Amino acid sequence: MEISGAEIVTRCLKEEGVEFVFGYPGGAVLEIYDAIHKQDFFKHVLVRHEQAAVHAADAYSRSSNKVGVALLTSGPGATNGITGIATAYMDSIPLIVISGQVGTPMIGSDAFQEVDMVGCSRPIVKHNFLVKDVRDLAATFKKAFHIATTGRPGPVVIDIPKDVTIHKTSFDYPKSVSIRSYNPPVKGHPGQIKKAAQLLADAKRPFVYVGGGAVIGNAGAEVTELVKLLNIPCTNTLMGLGALDGTDPNFVGMLGMHGTYEANLAMQYCDVLIAVGARFDDRVISVPNQFLSQAKKIVHIDIDPSSIAKRVKVDVPIVGDVKSVVGDLVNLLKESGQRPNEKALAGWWEQINEWRKPNSLLYTQDTEIIKPQYVVQKLWEVTDGQAIVTSDVGQHQMFAAQYYKFRRPRQWINSGGLGTMGFGLPAAMGAQMANPYAQVACITGEASIQMNIQELSTCKQYHIPVKIVNLNNRYLGMVRQWQEFFYGNRYSESYMDALPDFVKLAEAYGHIGMKIEKPSDVEPALREAFSEKLKDRLVFLDFITDQKANVFPMVQNGKGLNQMDLPEHMRGMQQVPFENNRDYGNLC
Amino acid sequence: MRHILSILIENEAGALSRVTGLFSARGYNIDSLTVQTTEDPTMSRMTIVTHGSDDIIEQITKQLNKLVEVVKVIDLNEADHIERELMLIKVRATGKERDEMKRMADIFRGRIIDVTEKSYTVELTGPGEKLDAFIKALDPATILETVRTGASGIGRGERILKI
Ligand SMILES: Cc1cc2nc3c(=O)[nH]c(=O)nc-3n(C[C@H](O)[C@H](O)[C@H](O)COP(=O)(O)OP(=O)(O)OC[C@H]3O[C@@H](n4cnc5c(N)ncnc54)[C@H](O)[C@@H]3O)c2cc1C
Ligand SMILES: Cc1ncc(C[n+]2csc(CCOP(=O)(O)OP(=O)(O)O)c2C)c(N)n1
Ligand SMILES: [Mg+2]
Repeated sequence: MEISGAEIVTRCLKEEGVEFVFGYPGGAVLEIYDAIHKQDFFKHVLVRHEQAAVHAADAYSRSSNKVGVALLTSGPGATNGITGIATAYMDSIPLIVISGQVGTPMIGSDAFQEVDMVGCSRPIVKHNFLVKDVRDLAATFKKAFHIATTGRPGPVVIDIPKDVTIHKTSFDYPKSVSIRSYNPPVKGHPGQIKKAAQLLADAKRPFVYVGGGAVIGNAGAEVTELVKLLNIPCTNTLMGLGALDGTDPNFVGMLGMHGTYEANLAMQYCDVLIAVGARFDDRVISVPNQFLSQAKKIVHIDIDPSSIAKRVKVDVPIVGDVKSVVGDLVNLLKESGQRPNEKALAGWWEQINEWRKPNSLLYTQDTEIIKPQYVVQKLWEVTDGQAIVTSDVGQHQMFAAQYYKFRRPRQWINSGGLGTMGFGLPAAMGAQMANPYAQVACITGEASIQMNIQELSTCKQYHIPVKIVNLNNRYLGMVRQWQEFFYGNRYSESYMDALPDFVKLAEAYGHIGMKIEKPSDVEPALREAFSEKLKDRLVFLDFITDQKANVFPMVQNGKGLNQMDLPEHMRGMQQVPFENNRDYGNLC
Repeated sequence: MRHILSILIENEAGALSRVTGLFSARGYNIDSLTVQTTEDPTMSRMTIVTHGSDDIIEQITKQLNKLVEVVKVIDLNEADHIERELMLIKVRATGKERDEMKRMADIFRGRIIDVTEKSYTVELTGPGEKLDAFIKALDPATILETVRTGASGIGRGERILKI
């Protein structure tokens, strides 16, 4: 039996086990929408802006390890999706974006709502397809899902001209797929893994640096086993948070621009570094030369060879899937019994504990003004550290990363690589759809939330009961902080004037709004919002917070990890190993 | 340093633009690029001449390998190889210039492939430097038009790029 291209699209999605499609209709995809109307394999979620469709699908992937799907019409629908696609690309998130296109005979004629989507999205996708023949449609979907989810994951765009959705052919979904030019590695080279084990055995100051690859590669358990087996200190990048439990004694906090004192100094002064699915980003190591000025041996485990030796030269590159490679490394260490020197390791821990003592995340909550850190800490307590937390971009994002101690992978969902304001609310929607029984909180700022505020309407329509934690400082806080540090307090265009009344706004969309101005009201408000009574309601919590709070520690651009700007109670503190009598000479 | 990269790539619409897009997006240089299908019509062979530090060349190769349609990439500079380029050059050839031009083409083992009363078109193959030398040897005023293909390269002996 022959069926239309549009119907084939829905059947392919069914074959891939898709539960939700986030989308917005328009002329070029009306055939597909008609086919959607006639099926009940999956649910369609009508967003209010295409950018939100892509973010929601992206967060659906991030929070579940399934694949999010977004459906956009041609032209403006497709271009509205671009920011979402770039966001997913930068963080290596598997995603399928289906865009409509004008009919094949019209392509290239500047037809109504024509845009070269394959061209526009090329630099920000893992791969993309323009399907010109209905007979290629099913095989293209099979390939697209395969490419998006294997190797280093990423978004894949399938651009489908309208006539292709009308044409008919028989449907036969390929069982398997093989692409001769695409064979991502899985197993790491045994010889290299052996070398890594030997380096660890010889280490005096070993350190594990875990990134987003361990989260998207589902290697939380393996990483934890490695860290516990050898009892090594471990840090996570912003994208890796949750890979090792944030309350684990081996965890020294996030590292990087806003990393903890102990994590950044351990990164600088370790002698053997195991990098696991992390890419030595500039917001992590700042300047490579400064980072390497303290000699260290580096093992780098990454599935993408181009991530290795891109910013720093490494001693033992291991190309492979993090779950497989770290698993093999753990097994080898168990068999061989190789362990770092006990005495040296104890000294290293002593050092790290000294660095921990001053507590670089210390802040004081007075009785007058709500500190943003306090809200995040209370949120953690009220949700037992178990909520899925999404965020936008700015100071609130950093406070969320620092003060919500993530317990497991996929619990923390944010835009790290692109830093997309407007991500938080649609991401919370996607995460809630993927985890209907989880508590989902969106930590945001009064500026970011307004970049996709229209999604409050989507939340109403689909009864998405996320809790919005707005850290309202009336500033583009992160911008203001930089202007305070680097531009002589000239707050150029970083004050948010004429803010809406968020409580009324939430109510206008049919939700519950709360405004919280006193520190003593923070916890009660959170308890109420997360109470059984409001479990099915979206609650918008507008916390009026300290306007002048800054994020510390901070590594300024161009500075080293041992040149942090420290919080007030630590100003002027040395950023070197505390005792010189220990052996901090070169291992190499 | 100058490098010649040989790339086997699926002969698919858009594949070429992925390669050139990669170079421009990441700020790499393309000195020349040639491409044609191979004996297997589903596969194209591309030669890209580029330059950059060893680190950059390493990144270029890795990034090229990451493109889904790229089957294989080799850096010809890593071993013995041969490179050739084709040039068609149209020169003014009137009066006593005609003999002179003919002699020059002979010296460089060029072939005159089109003749009019006023001009010759010379076909010349060789490494890029040889073509440069030919151009240099001519009086610039006599050159009417030049077309060069850019280098094509192949490994010497048993070194073969194939799937
Ligand atoms: C305002 C702001 C401030 C920031 N401050 C900080 C900061 O202080 N600290 C910080 O860490 N970040 C910070 N970031 C984020 C930063 O920009 C980067 O996004 C982040 O550091 C990159 O994380 P990552 O190295 O874990 O790499 P990701 O971007 O998560 O990359 C994952 C890596 O793992 C690899 N990989 C993927 N899958 C696998 C697999 N299965 N097996 C093996 N490897 C795999 C990929 O190839 C890639 O190399 C900030 C961002 C913003 C917006
Ligand atoms: C789409 C987009 N535009 C601009 C920026 C630059 N930017 C980064 S943080 C920030 C301010 C965010 O303000 P707010 O949401 O109130 O968060 P705060 O820093 O105050 O917590 C801006 C403008 C960005 N990251 N994304
Ligand atoms: Mg703000």
